[in-house]
Amino acid sequence: MDTTTQKPAAPPAPGPAAPPDTRAARGVTRPGDRIFLGLSRGSGILVLVLMAAIAAFLTYRASLAISQDEANFFTSFEWNPSGSPPEFGIAVLAFGTVVSSIVAMVIAVPVAVAIALFITHYAPRRLGGPIGYVIDLLAAVPSIVYGLWGALVLVPHLDGLYGWLDDHLGWTGILEWNDGAPRSLFTVGILLAVMILPIITNVSREVFRQVPRMHEEAALALGATRWEVIRMSVLPFGRSGVISASMLGLGRALGETMAVAMVLSPSFTINASLLDPGGGTFAQNIASKFNEATEMGRDALIASGLVLFVITLLVNGAARLIIARRKDYSGANA
Amino acid sequence: MTHATHDVRPSGSLRGATLPKWFPWAVAGASAALGYGISAAAGLHSDIQWALIAALLFVGGSFAVSAKVEGRRQARDRTATSLVWVAFLLAVIPLASLTWETVKRGIEVLDGYFLTHSMGVVADTEPGGGIYHALLGTLEQVGLATAISVPVGVLTAIYLVEYGRGRLAKAVTFFVDVMTGIPSIVAGLFVLSLWILILGMGYSGFAGSMALSILMIPVVVRSTEEMLKLVPNELREASLALGVPKWRTILKVVLPTSVGGITTGVMLAIARITGETAPVLLLVWGTNFINANPFQDPQASLPMYIYLQYTNGSEAAYDRAWAAALTLIAFIMILNLVARGIARWKAPKTGR
Amino acid sequence: MAKRIDVSGLNAYYGSFLAIEDISMTVEPRSVTAFIGPSGCGKSTFLRTLNRMHEVTPGGRVDGKVMLDDENLYGAGIDPVAVRREVGMVFQRPNPFPTMSVYDNVAAGLRLNGTYKKSQLDDVVERSLRGANLWNEVKDRLNKPGSGLSGGQQQRLCIARAIAVEPNVLLMDEPCSALDPISTLAIEDLIGELKERFTIVIVTHNMQQAARVSDRTAFFNLAAVGKPGRLIEIDETERIFSNPSVQATEDYISGRFG
Repeated sequence: MDTTTQKPAAPPAPGPAAPPDTRAARGVTRPGDRIFLGLSRGSGILVLVLMAAIAAFLTYRASLAISQDEANFFTSFEWNPSGSPPEFGIAVLAFGTVVSSIVAMVIAVPVAVAIALFITHYAPRRLGGPIGYVIDLLAAVPSIVYGLWGALVLVPHLDGLYGWLDDHLGWTGILEWNDGAPRSLFTVGILLAVMILPIITNVSREVFRQVPRMHEEAALALGATRWEVIRMSVLPFGRSGVISASMLGLGRALGETMAVAMVLSPSFTINASLLDPGGGTFAQNIASKFNEATEMGRDALIASGLVLFVITLLVNGAARLIIARRKDYSGANA
Repeated sequence: MTHATHDVRPSGSLRGATLPKWFPWAVAGASAALGYGISAAAGLHSDIQWALIAALLFVGGSFAVSAKVEGRRQARDRTATSLVWVAFLLAVIPLASLTWETVKRGIEVLDGYFLTHSMGVVADTEPGGGIYHALLGTLEQVGLATAISVPVGVLTAIYLVEYGRGRLAKAVTFFVDVMTGIPSIVAGLFVLSLWILILGMGYSGFAGSMALSILMIPVVVRSTEEMLKLVPNELREASLALGVPKWRTILKVVLPTSVGGITTGVMLAIARITGETAPVLLLVWGTNFINANPFQDPQASLPMYIYLQYTNGSEAAYDRAWAAALTLIAFIMILNLVARGIARWKAPKTGR
Repeated sequence: MAKRIDVSGLNAYYGSFLAIEDISMTVEPRSVTAFIGPSGCGKSTFLRTLNRMHEVTPGGRVDGKVMLDDENLYGAGIDPVAVRREVGMVFQRPNPFPTMSVYDNVAAGLRLNGTYKKSQLDDVVERSLRGANLWNEVKDRLNKPGSGLSGGQQQRLCIARAIAVEPNVLLMDEPCSALDPISTLAIEDLIGELKERFTIVIVTHNMQQAARVSDRTAFFNLAAVGKPGRLIEIDETERIFSNPSVQATEDYISGRFG
């Protein structure tokens, strides 16, 4: 392609300005432009290379481990990669990760939506702004601090709740407590809920704030109570936004490492009761086992990390899809 | 159109029986007292329990009274209101407790000595020692990560906004999104497998910086992109129409216009990676001694220090962990506040 | 069914700012009353005090009396939610619920007030859509989203939604300002039909429209920017447009200001 035949940026013609799309084609004639474009395109390509490298190297190391695995990688309850023969599987980790995330979501999503509604629709106006600001800041508190708080403050306070759950819901089998320290997947779920609460609240609050005033007034003018206004105009408008906010929170809960590692007392078993200590999550297992692992052990941990990577990719992909659909939807009504 | 039949019209009175304004407060007070009484009588000790009982009494009580006096619709409205308030108060408890405990316990050993000494000569179970080595490590690792991420991130954003058309730009956008969702431990594993297991390099602060960069780059790209998009197109066209080359237009017009927003984004990204523990744990390894060279030998870092003190398990170590946590939070909060300050200060110029 | 509105000594505030001052007027049942006046003179604010919508804007506050037949809307023990059911409202921009179908939009108000049989709802929806001259255009797509209709159709959908609950009064806040001339004409025709059944109050910027649709016209003005709006006069539309009793009204109508 011969770009030099194109007109240089000569005296500005009074005619219609060139549409922005042609700027790129026109601008690459000067050395300065060429270098700058090269640099910025190079950075973009570097990002692609980085992602490809992440996927490739994780897969490579993981395949080294899995090829020597004598147990089924997906279904085995064992984690003994340094043994002979090496045997390890991710069933326990997958179970723990999913269960703790579900507990976290069940607690955090309704509460976060309620707080977002509180800030946008219920709190006195002078209170709503500052509360939103503080929750914004709480979203920035690092997970290690949540972990420290969870282990040293939350866990000692949970005996009462555990006893109560055992007394009243113990018969379900899921919430049976056999007097261990309350360092179970359930506690992990509670802590994760506290951690993702600010994130989900922040995004939901933004979504609720964007509900056009006229939709709310439409409901009000029909004689709707405040709750009916929310149900008729706020929640339908914000639904997809809340879902994608929850997905973001879920992504963080799935990948959370330190807080889980500090609160859970891990073991490679699956307990029917959520309140019994034991179990583990992908991220926690990597952090806890890493220090003492042999090279084979590290590769096995990388293999489990790869699975976590794929899971979070799927969750985040789903969130993006929902956000993209929402754009179409709100565009149609703009 | 003839007059419609009015069979579906409910009674047209404007006068609903309305409960007085103090009603919710009265119910709240009564529920709190009753909840406390019940748990005292049943011999329950946990604060969480009596709060839960009181909350349930409050929601149920106001619904029952309101349904009787005001009707079902009003009662449902009140239930929603009380649920929202209860949810808010329940959520405040852990978040307030987190802040309170960190400040209260952190302040105990946090002083000038703590900030300026390492753990080099202190046994883990003894009181004393400090976080100097960890602070130094964190600053170096975060500084290096920023030095890598900001140029790459800003240039990528410039490519996407100013040049990016077609398939490459779409791919970059997509993978930046994907990168945003990488769990930090996975980023750590990647650098581990490439840098340490395959290339055979040792544990070092720089290895940690690389993992932190992977976490930081997408955040910088995203926020810079948003800021560049806010620069009005007329400004670019005005400059181009004067015969200014595109690259100079970007450097002299576009970037200066959005520099406030970009700075804010970068500072928030720094705040985010400063607290990252998992990748640092895998790659920097940790030490009790001062190591000022991030390119060789293990270093310490503030978040990892908290973790190591916690796992140590003695009272003195817990004190140190809380003090380090307070330092870390203070650092991140200052970054956040300054970043927001810049955003607010610069807002009228860019965010028209 | 249609009720008389009797306003006396009404002030409305935004925070500490007095937006309209000391308004007294009577709105006759089964007639159309138009509010005209320059921008910012408080006519929309006044309209919103008639169904207690003013107080939902932050800082909004009202004192004075608004009698709907023999009940004061601002009296003790009055439920604003019940008021808004009795006094319906149509807004400047069409605002059907975007996530609801045409059918659900019309049924929304009824569903709030309890459960109805499907056949009953069908009846009311059809009757209201016919009442809003919209039935023939949408009867084949009742289950499509209301936001898919044209602007004029959406506004008539909003009118159908408002009349479905059989209010006593229908307030319209510049209902045609976002519409093209043909849709405007359709709405004006509709207003002519609806006044057989409802007390209608319409705020408009368009004086020809006020002259075309209304029986009585009220002229609002404000002394200066930052001063509260006041009612200058209210009279038969014909008189206001031919021989108003106040000079300011004549100046405004003849286009000398505003």
